[in-house]
Amino acid sequence: MSVTWTRRRMAFGRFWDTFRGQRPGVIGLAILVVAVAAALAAPLFIDESVTGVVRGTGPKMAPPSWDYPFGTDESGRSILLMVWWGSRTSLLIGFLAALVSMLIGTVLGIAAGHFRGWIGAVILRVTDWFLVLPSLITALVLAAILGGSTYTIIMAIGITTWPTTARLIRAQTLAVEARPYIERSKALGAGHWHVTTRHVLPNVAPLLLASTTLEVASAMVTESTLAFLGVSANKTSWGTMLRGSYDWGAANNGAWWYILIPGLCIVAVVMAFTLFGRALEAVLNPRLRKAGA
Amino acid sequence: MTAPLETAEPAAAQAAAGPARLGTLRYALSKAGGALLSIGMVIVGTFFLFRLLPGDPVRNLAQGRNMTPEQLDLERHRLGLDLPLFDQFLNFIGQTLRFDLGASYEYKRPVLDLIGDRVGATLLLAGTSLVIAVSLGLWQGMRAGWRHGSRFDRFSTGTSLVLWSVPTFWLGLLLLLVFSSWFQWFPSRGIQDVDAPDGFGYVLDVAHHMVLPCIAMVGVLYAQYLLVMRSSLLDEVGQDYITTARAKGLRDDEVRKRHAVPNALLPTVTLVFMRIGFVVGGAVTVEAVFSWPGLGELFYAAIRVPDFTLMQGTFMLIAVSVILMNTLADVVYHILDPRVRSA
Repeated sequence: MSVTWTRRRMAFGRFWDTFRGQRPGVIGLAILVVAVAAALAAPLFIDESVTGVVRGTGPKMAPPSWDYPFGTDESGRSILLMVWWGSRTSLLIGFLAALVSMLIGTVLGIAAGHFRGWIGAVILRVTDWFLVLPSLITALVLAAILGGSTYTIIMAIGITTWPTTARLIRAQTLAVEARPYIERSKALGAGHWHVTTRHVLPNVAPLLLASTTLEVASAMVTESTLAFLGVSANKTSWGTMLRGSYDWGAANNGAWWYILIPGLCIVAVVMAFTLFGRALEAVLNPRLRKAGA
Repeated sequence: MTAPLETAEPAAAQAAAGPARLGTLRYALSKAGGALLSIGMVIVGTFFLFRLLPGDPVRNLAQGRNMTPEQLDLERHRLGLDLPLFDQFLNFIGQTLRFDLGASYEYKRPVLDLIGDRVGATLLLAGTSLVIAVSLGLWQGMRAGWRHGSRFDRFSTGTSLVLWSVPTFWLGLLLLLVFSSWFQWFPSRGIQDVDAPDGFGYVLDVAHHMVLPCIAMVGVLYAQYLLVMRSSLLDEVGQDYITTARAKGLRDDEVRKRHAVPNALLPTVTLVFMRIGFVVGGAVTVEAVFSWPGLGELFYAAIRVPDFTLMQGTFMLIAVSVILMNTLADVVYHILDPRVRSA
């Protein structure tokens, strides 16, 4: 046991040394740590009432001032506090949607690569079908039909984005299963379960991590777009705030803070995820590492 | 939406998957068969998806208008919703195959007519944006990939990463704020003025309205084309045939134009058309922000109301067109690229 752990610690040390060389990735990780910590710590300082319409105490649509550093919205709520509280919904949906997408994609991807023959063929066919469907449109329809709750938004994003993961994992599974040690393992009596969970999964896990990180980024963009287009979880998120700014004509009134602040939050966090994910991929993907990227 | 760092994967995948020496015609036929199957799955899927709606379908369609039980029954009978599910299914398939997409409750008109009115505006906006985004993205991606690591490359990659992280609708809002509200250079909504002039003046008026939506769409699309073209060219730069071309004494420009770019271009262009679904998603968002009277705005209106017949019709139409475009891209790629054909 201790040997295994030493080996794992050393592997992680090696990974960390390489990763530290990727400066954009380190910056991305730093932004993420700050954003997640702020979202988790929010209930210690404020609560959901900052998003309540009746609680708005400030002047309506006021530009940034000493009392309201990021200005106020149409009901006199502080943009700063709303952005802070809204980060919880935005991040939560981003993470969980990526998780759903990754779970479906991994299971179907490994199955499609492991079971050749008709099972694999059927899964591949379904994957390709989902892949060509315009994902934003499908997510909109799903969310509109199932009604807007946090749970349905997560499912709508997860269900429409898994095919890319599935294709990636299937290709990796095929590559792993072509290696001789899998044949040895099968000769020693390993079943489907053993081969897929003990040999294939650990081999695809690093790439899966990188692709999930990138997936969180695109899930957050999708969430904000869905919210803007009017299917949302009815909870304050960065997307619903931007919807509000559009509904109340912030652009025409020149209320730049109402548009700029939530949008910049989205861009900062999405970029952080993208930079971090790309750095992870550069370190973990042997094909890219060899190319010296 | 996928990661911006994907390389030209379809080329390799197809070369590996395609059975050896399949004639182009047979290949096209098998692709067409696959597309028909996909379209069938869309129609069947749509039927069941829209039956998942909670509550009474007639009440959903009526959107809370006051109706007596007799009126509800009449309506249910008129729409065939009193039939067993299997008969409803057959009716739905039959109507869809005859291009009868039902009538919109909101607009009191057949869905197909509504779509027909809107298709032109979308094609104009999406087509123009696509052409600009593709030419700009491919050109810049080519320059960046060829001078890999240069200042131009770092600038281009950096810009694309930022643009890629920007939600389309937010870019639209910023454009509205700056160019429509502050400077008042461009109108904020619609496709034409109320008192639009005739003739050439009309064309100018539409173009004037189209500037901002077009920039918003190009901004987001072009970033991924740039990244794809760049990585596709990077794949070629290290190849032996490039070294050979250089050894022959060709100038740098010629190596790039005659050898590297044609090889890198093909997978990139195919990928552009494979991702047409992404363009459609962008069009819906941009049309919603700028109230551009196209198909996307119609779909958006259907979701806001919500008008389920209209939503169902536009969804099927969009999905089917995307499938057809993909299949076409697949077949054209097969014809154009000898490497795939002889694989």
